[in-house]
Amino acid sequence: MSLWEYANPARFMGLSAKVLPVVAGLSLLCLGVGLVWGFFFTPDDYRQGATVKIIYLHVPSAMMAINAWVMMLVASLIWLIRRHHVSALAARAAAPVGMVMTLIALATGAIWGQPMWGTWWAWDPRLTSFLILFLFYLGYVALWEAIEDPDTAADLTAVLCLVGSVFAVLSRYAVNFWNQGLHQGASLSLDKEENVSDVFWLPLVVCIAGFVLLFLALVLVRTRTEIRARRLHALRLRARMG
Amino acid sequence: MIRLVLRDLALAVRAGGGFGLGLAFFLIVVVLVPFAVGPETARLTAIAPGILWLGALLACLLSLDRIFALDYEDGTLDLLACAPIPLEGVAVAKALAHWLTTGLPLTLAAPVLGIFLNLPAGGFGWLVVSLALGTPALSVIGAFGAALTVGLRRGGLLLSLLVLPLYVPTLIFGAEVARRGAEGLAVQGPLLLLAGVTAGALALLPFAAAAALRINLR
Repeated sequence: MSLWEYANPARFMGLSAKVLPVVAGLSLLCLGVGLVWGFFFTPDDYRQGATVKIIYLHVPSAMMAINAWVMMLVASLIWLIRRHHVSALAARAAAPVGMVMTLIALATGAIWGQPMWGTWWAWDPRLTSFLILFLFYLGYVALWEAIEDPDTAADLTAVLCLVGSVFAVLSRYAVNFWNQGLHQGASLSLDKEENVSDVFWLPLVVCIAGFVLLFLALVLVRTRTEIRARRLHALRLRARMG
Repeated sequence: MIRLVLRDLALAVRAGGGFGLGLAFFLIVVVLVPFAVGPETARLTAIAPGILWLGALLACLLSLDRIFALDYEDGTLDLLACAPIPLEGVAVAKALAHWLTTGLPLTLAAPVLGIFLNLPAGGFGWLVVSLALGTPALSVIGAFGAALTVGLRRGGLLLSLLVLPLYVPTLIFGAEVARRGAEGLAVQGPLLLLAGVTAGALALLPFAAAAALRINLR
């Protein structure tokens, strides 16, 4: 048994049909517990007041926005190298989800920034690179939608994803040039001392797990829909021929 | 390859080739800015390097869809793909021809338009240097975008959307060189980074453009 067995759409459908309800259920559970815990059972921050609670949406969505692109990059590489259709479809399925995650991160950041920084938007390196990431998602999705032939579309978007990844990283460091960071540095880390009190940290971890599972569930649903749409298309063609 | 560049140049210069389009657009952008922000010289001086870079970038964007679209429509691109030069070479030649007809004239015209925007005397040299270094990157990135969208009938808007985020690093470093030059600061850091972006784009993107062309010609 190797991982590549699931490149077969039929096997993928079989496995994902079993996995999907579990992932979706766990995601709802984690999000429900994490958000309710975070919103109602944590104390207010002594300087930020209740606005600190937006962290439970902002941080997980920002993490998923970046990770979704990385997942698309890996899926695009697998498609270009091994030509597994499920991989290309998964990359396609992840793009709009990642785009929405980027939007959530930008919107919650703006809502938090208004009372805290006194402005909805600043041309801070982190904010700017997220805006650029959003543009990359937009271009990627638009290219998928614009091309009719599915294999051509998969190939071209995969190439765009590779080139875009290089330029996204480049832009991330290029905007550092302006040197006016309003956004705080990373508060969470795996190896260093935590900057966040456990009271906030525990519900945050639950929320992050919830977002990861939610992303997985949405990508699975969208990939399955896409495979079904392809099958329907093939059946229609066959009916017309016969 | 040289013949291909010469052919593209001849096509661009002849009637209907759109050679002057980019320059005219550049002129329009720069001339309209003082009407929009007001004629105070201090304000114009402050924004001049950025506006000149932005105008050059937009003018470059305007002519991108011509790089491959016409050759794709009349079948020349199929012949080029079968020709004994690699498709990567075709992409380089096309990007070079685009730069010679767009980037180079824009670079040469920028100092003249700088006078309109009251660019400080020290800024002209660095403006030309930054544009001369940066516009090849714009052309080759644009050639990649054009190769991606060549099979689409109305790819113009999509092309702009795809290329826009790819232009960001070049614009940041290029405009930074021009700004620092105008204000008399040291330009070495952004200048080297701009040169790095251009060198990297020139080295790698022809391969990506050729891959996209191959997919589109299948």
